[in-house]
Amino acid sequence: MRLLGVVTRPGTSRQNKTGSWRVMRPVFDHDKCTGCTTCETICPEGCVYHTGKTEYDSDLDYCKGCGLCAEMCPADAITMKEEIK
Amino acid sequence: MRAILEGSHTVAEAVKLCRAQVVSAYPITPQTHIVEALAQKAANGEIQGEFVRVESEFSAASVCLGAAACGARAYSATTSQGLLLMAEVLFNIAGMRLPMVFTIANRSVSAPLNIWNDHQDSMTVRDSGWIQLWAEDCQELMDMHIQAYRIAEDHRVYLPVLVNMDGFILTHTYEPVEIPTQEEVDAFLPPFDPLFKLDPKDPVTLGAYVGPEKYHEVRYCLNESVEEAKPVIVEVAESFRKTFGRFQGDLLEGYQLEGAETIFIAMGSLVGTLKDTVDRMRKAGHPVGLLKLRCLRPFPGAEIHDAVKNAKNVIVLEKAISLGGGHIVATELRSAFYGRMPAPRIAGAVIGMGGRDITAESIEKVYQRVVEGGEEFFWADLKEEVLQEA
Amino acid sequence: MIQIRLHGRGGQGTVTAAELLASAAFDDGREAQAFPAFGVERRGAPVQAFCRISDASIRTRSQIYEPDIVIVQDTTLLGVVDVTGGLKSGGTLLMNTERDPKELGLNGDFRVVTVPATKIAMEILGRPITNTAIMGAFAAATGAISLEAIERNIKGRFRGDLGEKNVACAQRAYELVKGKEKK
Repeated sequence: MRLLGVVTRPGTSRQNKTGSWRVMRPVFDHDKCTGCTTCETICPEGCVYHTGKTEYDSDLDYCKGCGLCAEMCPADAITMKEEIK
Repeated sequence: MRAILEGSHTVAEAVKLCRAQVVSAYPITPQTHIVEALAQKAANGEIQGEFVRVESEFSAASVCLGAAACGARAYSATTSQGLLLMAEVLFNIAGMRLPMVFTIANRSVSAPLNIWNDHQDSMTVRDSGWIQLWAEDCQELMDMHIQAYRIAEDHRVYLPVLVNMDGFILTHTYEPVEIPTQEEVDAFLPPFDPLFKLDPKDPVTLGAYVGPEKYHEVRYCLNESVEEAKPVIVEVAESFRKTFGRFQGDLLEGYQLEGAETIFIAMGSLVGTLKDTVDRMRKAGHPVGLLKLRCLRPFPGAEIHDAVKNAKNVIVLEKAISLGGGHIVATELRSAFYGRMPAPRIAGAVIGMGGRDITAESIEKVYQRVVEGGEEFFWADLKEEVLQEA
Repeated sequence: MIQIRLHGRGGQGTVTAAELLASAAFDDGREAQAFPAFGVERRGAPVQAFCRISDASIRTRSQIYEPDIVIVQDTTLLGVVDVTGGLKSGGTLLMNTERDPKELGLNGDFRVVTVPATKIAMEILGRPITNTAIMGAFAAATGAISLEAIERNIKGRFRGDLGEKNVACAQRAYELVKGKEKK
């Protein structure tokens, strides 16, 4: 009896690097950032992270460039720039 | 204990003895008495599991899917339009490899509305990946449900099972049944030991997306598993015989096959009437025999050939039709027999649609048309005067 | 094997009567089978039910076309349904009526037994539910099932006072039919 395609273990989304889908990338202005955490909360991929209170960035391996973080940022600290690969 | 009870109540008793943990069903004639009895048993605390009331058969099947995915022993019962409403979920349950047992109180399919027995409903979902077993009488129903859970949950099978019972003819018939004790059933049917389940402590996804690079192989493996259930079905029937002393066949059951030149093949309660008819025809000098098709999926084509290969004629009596495609079991049989020798002639009759009563006389007429008249595929008992109305 | 066909109207307990006959026969140590004719489930519509009693196990599931015994719960069915159709020569027709068998105009090679089951039911139960009276009459007329088995089964199905009253219906009918048979 062979089971195939039935059970999917967690972590498969890590294998699929959706960063290649991106045409726009978010650029974070750490000076304008107030550290409100909205961008980190809203990111559908969960790929926005921070290294200090106002030092936010996105993991470009997985960021699809959807722009939600830039749209929601109350301090206008995130701008979407054209992706140049 | 031997008692006399209604077929539906026999099934409810069997489900109780199997310790179903989640029962979810929506009432529909002629399945209603099964669900009523189970609801009552749940209300009385006789069933330790949960009875989940739902608004449709689609939801009933979905509840069972979720329950089995969480590692519970699940049960539902339906028929006809209810089964068709479940169809999408049935394919999901088989594809997600979730063992469970559903009872189908076989009934015709609308339109026109008809609530009586034939096999069109379950035949329509024969390619869903569910194992299909067909019961001849109420005792077999009791025993088949117990066997069905053991087959379904066997780690070499791990598939859902449909147990088919003829609507009204078995659901509404009172007859004596030997009811095993809880201890006996517990010893034969161990608790469900899931190979995988939904558990927050060890998260997994079931039935997730699979692309063209793999889906082809996924279906290959599912088909292989359904095929591989055959020896387990045989083994479980044999083990049941050893434990309970009763045997109603495994994939098949032969009756009066010795020296039979013409062999009837049928499923369900018609087999009982056929056994008496075979005795009666043998007395009248006709060398006939009978093969009960107890398991339709996986289809035991090679096993049937082995059982009937020395006969001259095989007559398949079936209560369903593939509209525009012909007789279903007879066609599958012809396909299974192709290239095998010796090759008996295969004939088939569609009989008893929508509750048309089947008598010994109707069966004898079919025999005459095949053996003396040389006919192959036809509908038995057609009324010319009714056709004139068309 | 004894084959019994029951005719009644929806709501009169015809299906229950067939089941009670089978249960009582089983209780008497015999094999039995009972099933309805799967008609429309409507109060007042003609219904049929069947019962087979045998010493060997019963496998056939066809409806009964040549009964040994026919039970008719409602004489208004006489003009509507061919109740004696296929009744075996020498068979028994058991009918719920206060009328005399001779008045019914039923001719054939069968015995007609009548029992005023509705009258008995109205007197004892206060409702025209006739099947327990008919069961008592069946035991008296055919001897195929013992009155004791019928009483036990009625008590098993109807608890307390209702069970006692239904047993009384069966007993009254049994005695009436036995009395008539002696004459």
